[in-house]
Amino acid sequence: MKNKIVKRATSKLTAIKLPKWISHINSFSLFNNGNLGSDSSLALSPFKVMVQKEITDHIRNWRFIILFALISLACMGTLFATLSDGMKVLVNDTTENNFFFLNLFTKSDGTLPAYFVFVGFLGPLFGISLGFDAISSEQNRGTLSRVLAQPIPRDSILNAKFLAGIIVISVMFFALSFLVLGAGLLALGIPPTAEEFIRIMVYTVLSIVYVSFWLNLSILFSVRFRQSATSALSGIAVWLFFTIFYPLIANLIIKGYEPSKYASPKAIYFYEKLKFYLVQIMPNELFDEITSAILVPSVRSLGPLTTEQMQGAIPSSLPLGQSILLVWPQFTGLLALTLLCFLFSYLLFMKREIRSRG
Amino acid sequence: MAEKSIEINGLTKKYGQHVAVDNLTLSIDKGEIFGLLGPNGAGKSTTILMLLGLTEVDSGSVKVCGIDTTRHPLEVKRKVGYLPEDVGFYNDYTGLQNLLYVARLNNIPLEQAQKTALRTLAEVGLEEEMDKKVASYSRGMRQRLGLADVLIKNPEVIILDEPTLGLDPEGVKKFLQLIVELSRKKGITVLFSSHHLHQVQQLCDRVGIFVKGKLLAEGKISSLAEQLFSKNTFTLEGGITPMDENPNQASDSLEEVVNKMKRIKEVSLVEVDKDHFVVESKKDVSAELSRLIVNSGYGLAYLSKKKYGLDDIYHQYFQEEEKRI
Repeated sequence: MKNKIVKRATSKLTAIKLPKWISHINSFSLFNNGNLGSDSSLALSPFKVMVQKEITDHIRNWRFIILFALISLACMGTLFATLSDGMKVLVNDTTENNFFFLNLFTKSDGTLPAYFVFVGFLGPLFGISLGFDAISSEQNRGTLSRVLAQPIPRDSILNAKFLAGIIVISVMFFALSFLVLGAGLLALGIPPTAEEFIRIMVYTVLSIVYVSFWLNLSILFSVRFRQSATSALSGIAVWLFFTIFYPLIANLIIKGYEPSKYASPKAIYFYEKLKFYLVQIMPNELFDEITSAILVPSVRSLGPLTTEQMQGAIPSSLPLGQSILLVWPQFTGLLALTLLCFLFSYLLFMKREIRSRG
Repeated sequence: MAEKSIEINGLTKKYGQHVAVDNLTLSIDKGEIFGLLGPNGAGKSTTILMLLGLTEVDSGSVKVCGIDTTRHPLEVKRKVGYLPEDVGFYNDYTGLQNLLYVARLNNIPLEQAQKTALRTLAEVGLEEEMDKKVASYSRGMRQRLGLADVLIKNPEVIILDEPTLGLDPEGVKKFLQLIVELSRKKGITVLFSSHHLHQVQQLCDRVGIFVKGKLLAEGKISSLAEQLFSKNTFTLEGGITPMDENPNQASDSLEEVVNKMKRIKEVSLVEVDKDHFVVESKKDVSAELSRLIVNSGYGLAYLSKKKYGLDDIYHQYFQEEEKRI
């Protein structure tokens, strides 16, 4: 009788195993630590289990499915719009650049925004929705104290939530990028150049960094607020603030400094600099700059340039290395914001008293 | 002296001005079932959280199995199973999956974890329901799953925070039996917090009474009673019936009987209410008492020795507390 139960249960257990591809992800990403000592791999094993569980939870969650469907639809929509009507746009545009594939990501015929606009717009929502109830829901369900009573370091739970989110986001973004690439390949009939391909990959990686900022921010809110709804709202409030209100405020400030037509070049330069730096703390602005520099190779500078600086410049597109160099400060800023959110979540969480509920 | 499982020394925890746990010193032997008894908000849960390193210790030290909790919380958590008050599970997972997750967090390899999980589920009597989602579990089943959760890591110490809360009497009884059985079988130290006197009385070897962050008394239930009711340790309750069938024998009036009772050595208090009486004395006077009643021409309907239970101890303490305030 007992044996039967054991058999039945083990067969069920194999059935509930995680999807195969997750184990592939694990094997190529972080957990490929076969050369490490047995002790450290043992210590990592519970963490791995936690990450696996979080990923499974994300994938089975309706929230994720809906958002994924939304982003896929947006991506498909732009793709069809660009390919059906915009082919002429793509080809006609060869006067200054011949990056057909990059145009797939940045150009549209006007009926639908381009792919990068969708990523910039829905990415933050995606990040927020993956993280806003990370800690608070565990707290409310009473599972947090159960999990933390197990011999795992307390930060594991934060790290696992974060890493699982990143893995899910990465898989999704890479899938979408490859989808666009593949569709472009079919439609255009020519393969992308190596540089185009690398540019698209760099763009994908950077957009993952961008979304991970929002993910971290929402995890921070979920640590801070007990109610998931509060934390979701705070995340969306920050997002709205940066997309709508902050530009307004920045505009007001800039208006006050607007120089007259006859102002000295120095004053105008100062004004332009101010205009540039005021928007630099906006994560979405940082990401927009990254997008434009990486996907449009002809972008030579993100900030204001003086005429002296422009002198002697050859009007051609930048090589990839230079484009990356151009967005390096923006990239660093984005990463710093992400780490800052992570740091605050740590500070709040590590010393917190873990009661069973509420 | 037996090996100590839990040693608490001068433990203090403050929330702002409020002192939740005040200079607590306590030690629990290996294999013992210790009951932490106190009203809500007495600091029981806070003490338990500090035992596990789930909250910061303001001063004092906690050692579990000889390991300092504040310095090595992971080592302690490896040896301690903790069932929080109102434990939560992942509702979308089955009981077995929930259990397996915890086993894997304890670094038990998957195959071994499966075997242990099935065995543990059988131990707590959940093998029929293990493939159902936890969302469909009743309160008692969740609690038993919680116990399985605690047992799967093969702990040396189990800490149960109000485990019987919200269970029906039958469920409580079964649950407590299960704990006692497992503790005796495996020699596990159990720390059990509750505000239910009777459960603690049934279950625990030793009891600590905890009020307002302070341990008021600690010891075996019988010795606690002695500490408290040192003046009149014995209380006898009885009922008398007049013997009408035997008119030859002159029977004394009730008052006379009472007076006689009072004259018995060591008796300090007699209360009579119709045919029911209560006698308090310093030593056991039941033999003298029954003889006296029969000799006086009355029948003895019943005579019982009243044992002091935790209930009385509890109330006594609270009365004293109130008086002090």
